[in-house]
Amino acid sequence: MQVHTHTYDVVVIGGGGAGLMAALYASKSAKTAVVSKLYPTRSHTGAAQGGIGAALGNLEEDHPEWHAFDTAKGSDYLGDQDAIEFMCYQAPEIVYELEHMGVPFDRTPDGKIAQRPFGGHTNNKTGKPVRRACHAADRTGHMILQTLYQQNLRQGTHFYNEFYVTDILFHEGRVAGVVAYELATGDLHVFRTKAAIIATGGWGQLWEVTSNAKTLTGDLPAVLLRRGLPLEDMEFFQFHPTGIFKLGILITEGVRGEGGVLINDLGERFMEKYAPTVKDLASRDVVSRAIYIEVREGRGIGGGKYVYLDVRPETVNKYARIDGRTRPDGSPYEVTKEELLAKLPDIIDFCKTYLGIDPMEEPIPVQPTAHYAMGGIPTTLKAEVIRDEQNTVVPGLYAAGEVACVSVHGANRLGTNSLLDIVVFGKVAGQEAAAYVTHADLPPLPADATDRTREQLERLLHGTGGEKVADIVSEMKEVMTEHVSVFRTEEGLTQALEKLQELKERYKRVSITDKSKRFNLELMEAWELGNMLDLAYVTALSALNRTESRGAHWREDHPKRDDQNWLKHTFIWLEDGKHRFAYKPVVITKWQPKERVY
Amino acid sequence: MKVTLKVFRYNPENGGQPRYDVFHLDVDPNDRVLDLLEMVKGYHDGSLSYRRSCAHGICGSDAMRINGRNRLACKTLVKDLGDTIVVEPILGLPVLKDLIVDMEPFFQAYRKVMPWFINNDPPPEKERLQTPEERARFDDTTKCILCAACTTSCPVFWADGSYFGPAAIVNAHRFIFDSRDQAAEERLAILAQEEGVWRCRTSFNCTEACPREIQITKAIAEVKRAILTGDLS
Repeated sequence: MQVHTHTYDVVVIGGGGAGLMAALYASKSAKTAVVSKLYPTRSHTGAAQGGIGAALGNLEEDHPEWHAFDTAKGSDYLGDQDAIEFMCYQAPEIVYELEHMGVPFDRTPDGKIAQRPFGGHTNNKTGKPVRRACHAADRTGHMILQTLYQQNLRQGTHFYNEFYVTDILFHEGRVAGVVAYELATGDLHVFRTKAAIIATGGWGQLWEVTSNAKTLTGDLPAVLLRRGLPLEDMEFFQFHPTGIFKLGILITEGVRGEGGVLINDLGERFMEKYAPTVKDLASRDVVSRAIYIEVREGRGIGGGKYVYLDVRPETVNKYARIDGRTRPDGSPYEVTKEELLAKLPDIIDFCKTYLGIDPMEEPIPVQPTAHYAMGGIPTTLKAEVIRDEQNTVVPGLYAAGEVACVSVHGANRLGTNSLLDIVVFGKVAGQEAAAYVTHADLPPLPADATDRTREQLERLLHGTGGEKVADIVSEMKEVMTEHVSVFRTEEGLTQALEKLQELKERYKRVSITDKSKRFNLELMEAWELGNMLDLAYVTALSALNRTESRGAHWREDHPKRDDQNWLKHTFIWLEDGKHRFAYKPVVITKWQPKERVY
Repeated sequence: MKVTLKVFRYNPENGGQPRYDVFHLDVDPNDRVLDLLEMVKGYHDGSLSYRRSCAHGICGSDAMRINGRNRLACKTLVKDLGDTIVVEPILGLPVLKDLIVDMEPFFQAYRKVMPWFINNDPPPEKERLQTPEERARFDDTTKCILCAACTTSCPVFWADGSYFGPAAIVNAHRFIFDSRDQAAEERLAILAQEEGVWRCRTSFNCTEACPREIQITKAIAEVKRAILTGDLS
């Protein structure tokens, strides 16, 4: 296996929104490379639809403080409020910065950035939904991703596309390098570097029905676990309420922001029961649970495992009248088909393509879909990765975006806060890494730089045990869906752990057929499976450990939030097959935990 | 339903020659072609290689020739194809392995048109203003996902790979007609060169191939007109 060596000041791993924002800032002063297993524009930031949250107040009164409170409340009070305040107060400035870079936001009649309502974002005086999501049709993430990539091209950032990162190297506890497998050639590359920024996104592929790309397999969190570093709050994984039935493709909350409503088999707008004030725009954990309960009690459509999302103009207008919803100028809210077509073109296209239905004529069958990791690699407010619950920094290592846990999303993320998170903390990571490398020297590489990677690659390439990757993947997804999704119990989680342990054993006997060097994607998928099994395992363990219900983590055998014992973050280590937990207190600045009602 | 899937295979490593492999599969009419490829890769032949990521037509990874037409495998359903499905790599770019082509020439052309926003005035404190009409002017070309379905369906590009191709022009259009951008003249000058818009023979292949339904031929015509008249309205 040929090995190439490169030297950089900063290596960014991942080419989505967080990685590209980090690269844009780091490369202003430091020699920076982006190493990504995809072409950057293929990253899943491009799938974000509805908007980016910022209290610009372009259409009505709004304040960063309201945004921060909504985020803290949405997090079920597990979010660290210093980080939340930082993000929400940075939001207007960073949205303007994106606009200055060229992001083509939709516009208000007077030429400002247009904004729409989104789940959990409220006017703090009235409790009613507020227009805070800055949008570019229903492809806001696509526009941001393209713009950031373009600005990096303009700036001359170095890209290593279709390079799969397999390891991070350390010297005396500091980052010393990054090892990557080049998909086109099968060669190994060692990037000597002073700093590395991890921005590889989430791991929705652990579940059967997911909005996530097939490439979202949690590669780098798994690398860090193997390197003896902890992950934080892994029990909190968000299920978005409205995925296309069976396929999981996301139907943005923006559909409900524009007035769409959820309907059960009896034709009821059932969210009235669960969230009397904001109804269909309650936060995602609340709506997903409501759908599960409706289905479980037999009110899914035709008794099936889905409900309807109805965005036909006549339905929207009917409920807008009932709610007394108005336009910014005070006139009654009434939509036309043309207006919805202009605001939700991709959603309508998805429904036509995959369901053969026109959502202007028929309701959309939806079910909750595995969507977003609130937990991940623990970091400080400066995006520095920490090695323990005492906030001990790992010099030179940074993480930002979905892969990181700052924690701004706590137990449940609000819609539009993920795009905000990636740009705010991507920028911080880029700035901090660039500052760090001005005074850090280049650490020596360990002598065994590629040993771990080679060993694993050889094992996968030459395995003869006969186990198929596809079988293990499908059994993992099945058990995660059955026992580690919206509702959880001790019994189910225990069963899941046994099954995952069995799958981890079987994984050791995986065999692949492709032995070639060139684009051996079967080898890459086999590697990814190892990462997913580790993350599935720590997710189930963390979920079993937390004996309360909070945000996206709902324990049927412990159905109450327990602030006395569990107002704290979980840290988990997984070393040599053994795990260990520790806890970190939640940072509370302004808002003491209260009962969460929408 | 039962389908016959015929897939182009090629791995030059170890002197392999191009061939077609045939798989008989039992599938759901609503399955995507990508689901069929995943089925083959998972259970029939793990060495089948193709790019894919989002699986719902947003990331642009899986453009391929399906029954002779450029499409995204994740956006093409079996029921729209019938019971014989032929999958081949897109044309005009070097095949590296099976359905994977070398995308670098495609991205090279993209980079040549300065596909980035340029406005060198000091930015205002808040957003630059733009009317909804000005914003709508270039909406269509913001949809591009760089999948290369258009460029690799273009007969001019097949004949001469130095032509920038429709995707690069689409991405130039997105900035040329953005009222906030200041580099339209430079981009128009680039597109007026030998490799630029005048190569287009208006065959409409690109427009038909675009999985995002961008009116590409129209966008190219608008760029041609802007070069001739200097009019950016």
